[in-house]
Amino acid sequence: MLLITCPYCGPRDDAEFSYGNQAHIARPVDPSVCSDQEWAEYLYYRDNPKGPFAERWMHAAGCRRWFHVVRDTNTHAILQTYKVGEWPDPAIDPREGTS
Amino acid sequence: MSQPNRLATGGRIDRGRPLAFRFDGRTLHGYAGDTLASALLANGVHLVGRSFKYHRPRGILGLGAEEPNALIQLGRGNRTEPNLRATQIELFDGLDAQSQNRWPCLRFDVGAVNSAFHRLFPAGFYYKTFMWPPALWKTYEEVIRNAAGLGKAPEGPDPDRYERMHAHCDVLVCGGGPAGLAAALAAGRSGARVILADEQSEFGGSLLGEADVAIGGSPATDWVAEVVAELESMPDVTLLRRATVNGYYDHNYLTVAERVTDHLGVGLPTVPRQRLWKIRAKRVILATGAIERPLVFRDNDRPGVMLSSAMRGYAVRYGVLAGDRPLIVTGNDDGYRTALALADRHARVAGIVDLRAEPEGPLVEAARDRGIEVFAGHSVAGAHGGRRVEAAEIAFMTRDGSGITGGTRTIECDAIAMAGGFNPTVHLFSQSRGKLRWDEERAIFLPGTSHEAEVSVGGCAGTESVAQAIKDGIRAAVEQVRDLGHTVRQPAAPAVEEPGQGAGNRVIWMLPSTAPVGRKGKHFVDFQNDVTAADVMLATREGYRSIEHVKRYTTTGMGTDQGKTSNVNALAIVGQTLGVDVPAVGTTTFRPPYTPTTIGAYGGRDVGRLFAPVRTTAMDSWHRANGARFEHVADWMRAYYYPKDGESFRQAVDREVTAARQGVGVLDASTLGKIDVRGKDSAEFLNRVYTNAWAKLGVGRCRYGLMLKEDGMVMDDGVTTRLADDHFHMTTTTGGAARVLNWLEEYLQTEWPEMDVRLTSVTEQWAVASICGPKSRELLGRICTDIDLSNDAFPFMAMQEGTVAGIPARVFRISFTGELSYEINVPTRYGLALWEAVMAAGADLGITPYGTEAMHVLRAEKGFIIVGQDTDGSVTPLDLGMDWIVSKQKPDFIGKRGMARPDLSKPDRKQLVGLYTKDPNEVLPEGAQVVETLKPKPPMAMLGHVTSSYYSPSVGRSIAMALIKGGHARKGQTLHVPLEGRTVEVTVTDGTVFFDPEGSRRDG
Repeated sequence: MLLITCPYCGPRDDAEFSYGNQAHIARPVDPSVCSDQEWAEYLYYRDNPKGPFAERWMHAAGCRRWFHVVRDTNTHAILQTYKVGEWPDPAIDPREGTS
Repeated sequence: MSQPNRLATGGRIDRGRPLAFRFDGRTLHGYAGDTLASALLANGVHLVGRSFKYHRPRGILGLGAEEPNALIQLGRGNRTEPNLRATQIELFDGLDAQSQNRWPCLRFDVGAVNSAFHRLFPAGFYYKTFMWPPALWKTYEEVIRNAAGLGKAPEGPDPDRYERMHAHCDVLVCGGGPAGLAAALAAGRSGARVILADEQSEFGGSLLGEADVAIGGSPATDWVAEVVAELESMPDVTLLRRATVNGYYDHNYLTVAERVTDHLGVGLPTVPRQRLWKIRAKRVILATGAIERPLVFRDNDRPGVMLSSAMRGYAVRYGVLAGDRPLIVTGNDDGYRTALALADRHARVAGIVDLRAEPEGPLVEAARDRGIEVFAGHSVAGAHGGRRVEAAEIAFMTRDGSGITGGTRTIECDAIAMAGGFNPTVHLFSQSRGKLRWDEERAIFLPGTSHEAEVSVGGCAGTESVAQAIKDGIRAAVEQVRDLGHTVRQPAAPAVEEPGQGAGNRVIWMLPSTAPVGRKGKHFVDFQNDVTAADVMLATREGYRSIEHVKRYTTTGMGTDQGKTSNVNALAIVGQTLGVDVPAVGTTTFRPPYTPTTIGAYGGRDVGRLFAPVRTTAMDSWHRANGARFEHVADWMRAYYYPKDGESFRQAVDREVTAARQGVGVLDASTLGKIDVRGKDSAEFLNRVYTNAWAKLGVGRCRYGLMLKEDGMVMDDGVTTRLADDHFHMTTTTGGAARVLNWLEEYLQTEWPEMDVRLTSVTEQWAVASICGPKSRELLGRICTDIDLSNDAFPFMAMQEGTVAGIPARVFRISFTGELSYEINVPTRYGLALWEAVMAAGADLGITPYGTEAMHVLRAEKGFIIVGQDTDGSVTPLDLGMDWIVSKQKPDFIGKRGMARPDLSKPDRKQLVGLYTKDPNEVLPEGAQVVETLKPKPPMAMLGHVTSSYYSPSVGRSIAMALIKGGHARKGQTLHVPLEGRTVEVTVTDGTVFFDPEGSRRDG
């Protein structure tokens, strides 16, 4: 049972949240120009790291806002939570090519 | 009332409160303060069960949660509970206990013949014997399940009430022995919010069973009482008794199973039977103590063979002598404490077998001074006896303890106490993902690296002295509360007098005997699962190396006790056999719950009517009063059909369908999902989430829309109406309402935050009566005078606001039946009034309420799909033949790119078709498989399945829809539907519209 800090409401049990998989995957601006491979990667391909992972959560039983979490998939430690439109701290940014 | 093994004085029992109880039908007596185990021992009952595999007679081994043998079926009927440890059942008047796993009775058990054939039951017995041939497994299984079982489950619903509690605290202290009490006191005095939980009926832990410990110059239990009294006076301290911390989860989230009334034998009206606490603690102090380790020697499972600390505990705490002539077998000084405590209570101690060659120290001297014979450097070569131990064979060991020298000597005894050293109870620490550390010298696992914000103190941290445990408890609590920002008020550690422990524990994992292990008798490692040292060694000979594999192969440690007494012995025997260190063998994984917990406690109040919320519409009372049958749709109760006297389901549905086609019917459509969409970008938003175009929809006009997921599959559908330039009323399927709202919100918040669109669920704000049929215009005209209902003024797919039966209403001219139809929406509080007005106004028109089944028939006659019934998440609009609703002009919408994937335009995809059965009265079961070529028996190549199937009174025959491979190209083909014992021939129809294909009826 994780303890997740909603950026709007504060720390809450994970039962209040719903999970939205990997964060920072933007929908292509013009999907029609995507190749099948590019579209498949957008739609289906996700990272599965052992360690810090940026993911989306929604405070379903609270403010109902989507936000981002950097969670260590190995230790379950919540390293950072931040709002949509914001970015992880560079020190723990798990996104490829950013660290 | 005679309790032959009860001492005249002493113990924490109330001799003024005798209690009668039954064990296997026999009436016995004990006292308030007893456990079932202590009361049985007081009555001289040692034989309490038969073992799992060999049906060997078994007695009580332990004193508490570790008990592997004395598993009891408690109570009768719906309240019976199996596999309870007699050592943890508090005695109450009228308690009714039965032994388990014996037939026909405990003293004479047929299954004991297994023991004679033990060579047939080696390690991996199940794997070896029953893997082949597979067909015979079912036969074997029945026999085995009967022969090797534990207790029986109750046969009816649980009549008791359970609750869950949520709590937060600064410090959760797990365990109320000396270390835990000291920690709670230090944290409590410092003003922290503290919860102290202990599994026993009273606090004190091991101190309750020791006579030779004094704290502050008084008996240790006086100190316990003082501390508990002070804790009880603190407003921010919560004391939980009979409360087992049974689970330690992420981020310091722990569960505690509290048995509120079990010890009373009857429930109380004001409190639940059990509570499951869910506690989020800033810090956790683990003070869970230690469990003594049995010694592995030949036939060490004879009733009367017990853990040394348990035998001492029964004598000191309960005033019960487990044996009149006990023999102590020990590798350490603690066994001498037992010998002395028993001798002080008039037992004729038969001797102390000490594995150490030259024991010395004050306790050893004290025993010798008492005239107790000490057999130094000896082994127990075997125990004798059947239903009770009668003697022990002892022998002098070689220096390294691997064998015996000289002959054996028989010592008569009626109980054997095993003192193999103490294993710290690291279960909760391990559950929290803490890493264990093997202390080679002491041969124990200790808490190593922490994962959560916790600290272990006292016995579970390997501390053996009470004084040290109290100091450690105080220090740990002080560190934690200081860290949390509290002002520390530290209690002084009291002076403790306790016996000094001399030389350490000599560990011999298998005591040597006259024959090698496995040759003669049985050396039990896991008492509950009947696993012997020979089994464990056999597993290593057969190539198992990791303890996780050995565990599963031999089942050691896999019982309901999770190997509390067996794990370390098993690990060490594997290590010794393989010639490697214990850490190289591995450590076992401890999983919640620490002790078995009732499902009732986990379920709490979420049972019966409270299992799931039930949603009802404003018209619910009318449906009930008028005999409706109901069906569950999502969380809703929807009227299914309204049978008249003597009508069958089919007759009622046919009548309702016919009325809606020929006269006028009314449906409670309130459950449809409704979302209010507002903001200047609303039309553009709909453009992106629906497959068709929305920009040009006029105000007051309705449009049907299909929503896809990004992969191009149909997700939901519904009619959406433009109320104003920047304001829409969206409807969704009943079951999809919440999902669609979440989905739309997600896009707005994460992909298109720049859009000015706001969504509000208004499902519950509107009650909807949908009237349908050629007479619906006439009916509506009688109760609605401010809307022009003519086709020109109020055409199909339009919405008008006005007044219906005096109620402000939005009237939508949309149709899910193909008939002239009006969906009248009014604020929910007027829903019943609207419905009653409609029924009254339509009485002479023969108005007929119809339920969801008639609605399904009506829509299927028109070939309208139901998302989730005719689709399953792998169906595109093209598969449904609905390409007419997919915009070719819009550059993008959700699902457009997904639909363009090459696989989705393959001609052999499953496509929606209509089916006619050869026999027009045959109604196919939904879900039935459709095949092209019949074979005598499966497997046959399956084309797809029937998604919708009804008898259609309008068409005068049965109709069906099915998803069939390449279905659109199969018009006119004959296919087959194999059912149980017969086959139905079907023809693929031309399209899925079975009734009024011209659509001539929708304008009335």
